[in-house]
Amino acid sequence: MTESLKKTPLYDVHVALGGKMVPFAGFHMPVQYPAGITAEHQAVRTRAGLFDVSHMGEFFLRGPQALDLIQKLTVNDASRLAVGQVQYSAMCLPEGGIIDDLLVYRGTDYWMLVVNASNKDKDLAWVLRHAGQFDVTVEDRSDDTALLALQGPEAAAILQPLTKTPLEELGYYRFGEGVVAGVEAIISRTGYTGEDGFELYVSPESAEPLWQALMEAGRDRGLMPAGLGCRDSLRLEMGYALYGNDLDEEHTPLESGLAWITKLQKGDFIGREALLRQKEEGIRRRLVGFRLTERGFPRHGYPVVADGAEVGVVTSGVVSPTLGEGIGMAWVPASLAEEDTPLGIRIRDKVVAARVTKPPFYRGGSIRRS
Amino acid sequence: MSQIPEGLLYTEEHEYLKPSDEEGVYFVGVTDYAQGELGDVVYVELPEVGARFGKMEPFGTIEAVKAVSDLFCPVSGEVVEVNTALDDDPSLVNSDPYGEGWMIKLRVDEPAELDDLLDATAYRAHLGE
Repeated sequence: MTESLKKTPLYDVHVALGGKMVPFAGFHMPVQYPAGITAEHQAVRTRAGLFDVSHMGEFFLRGPQALDLIQKLTVNDASRLAVGQVQYSAMCLPEGGIIDDLLVYRGTDYWMLVVNASNKDKDLAWVLRHAGQFDVTVEDRSDDTALLALQGPEAAAILQPLTKTPLEELGYYRFGEGVVAGVEAIISRTGYTGEDGFELYVSPESAEPLWQALMEAGRDRGLMPAGLGCRDSLRLEMGYALYGNDLDEEHTPLESGLAWITKLQKGDFIGREALLRQKEEGIRRRLVGFRLTERGFPRHGYPVVADGAEVGVVTSGVVSPTLGEGIGMAWVPASLAEEDTPLGIRIRDKVVAARVTKPPFYRGGSIRRS
Repeated sequence: MSQIPEGLLYTEEHEYLKPSDEEGVYFVGVTDYAQGELGDVVYVELPEVGARFGKMEPFGTIEAVKAVSDLFCPVSGEVVEVNTALDDDPSLVNSDPYGEGWMIKLRVDEPAELDDLLDATAYRAHLGE
């Protein structure tokens, strides 16, 4: 099926800034601006960067049984959420494979699920398929929602003058509704970079004025527009998984390093029986972090070797702009998943030495864990 | 629009040959257009001095954040020097592709092979600029 690429409400802004537009998850997205991926990465680590992530999908669930539906569909325990709180979670197939990873927001009279753009249609069909058994309405607001991510140690200092919402009181993975630069927004203290920051959900018409107001407010603090290229290297330095690279329907959360969000005791949910069985039988393969101890650039799809045999595959890799060494994630047999286990990564015609390393690779981030 | 200096020779794969002070010896690197497309260069793998390559044979690789690319030898010849400065600072390929970002110096075997390369006007036309 050929489908024309969609544009986010900020497409013209990206082009005017000289953004290099690439197809990503069905959208024209900026992979970088003229400053380049490394400079944008450093800006987010040391000052701040502004991302357009409007391609993400947003579903709003309302009704007396919205929580029951979410509990059935997701592996984490959404009943623990207070109003104004966000939770990282995943949806699984009955066989345990991951349909998608997502964020669950608990609002006053609604729940919001934020899903990957590449999975949005699949996710919506899955949610609707199960919604019929519950007293709940499901509204796909993806096309009516723009999303800007302001990330970096300077993020709060840049955002606060534009809003009356007291950011000091907004903890990590908390959100509130407010007004930013005259624009109604869901202000969420979340992100995908390992730095302090905010994700602002706004109407499509508000996206450009808000972008311009943020860029103006951040000018003296070194705020730069930041593209998908540095979003990838930033998340990888933190060991955050990316669906389609590191996560897929062939692997369960227990194998994929997501046991910490998988609450097998919360009650029934789709995939629970398969996960309980897998836990009992033992995990045979694991998604692990690794770092290269020699020079090399690991990339998605490169083979992992041990004792001359191919034993796994790299799912994501980069030369960390902050650490200056190759880092990544890979599938390996569980017997090779222990910290510091030596591995080889086959990079074209040679094998480069690596060691299993528990993420985050970068530990200097400005996230406030409150 | 990328820089395409006069007086250099170019390949359709975006390498250049630039005359050195020594007759028959050329600097080889990648063009401004190529570095722009590649984005930030992270590593450049270069051959040993004395290595010989045939025309359009890969002589090295260039690792950028987004992708890895082979470097093709524009004409057959022998490597007489490699730019070791790129080990410490591969971003020279981005900042000064025709100057400090050169990769190897090549002693050309067959001057007649140079006739197959593009001049600045032809390379610009190839890029559609």
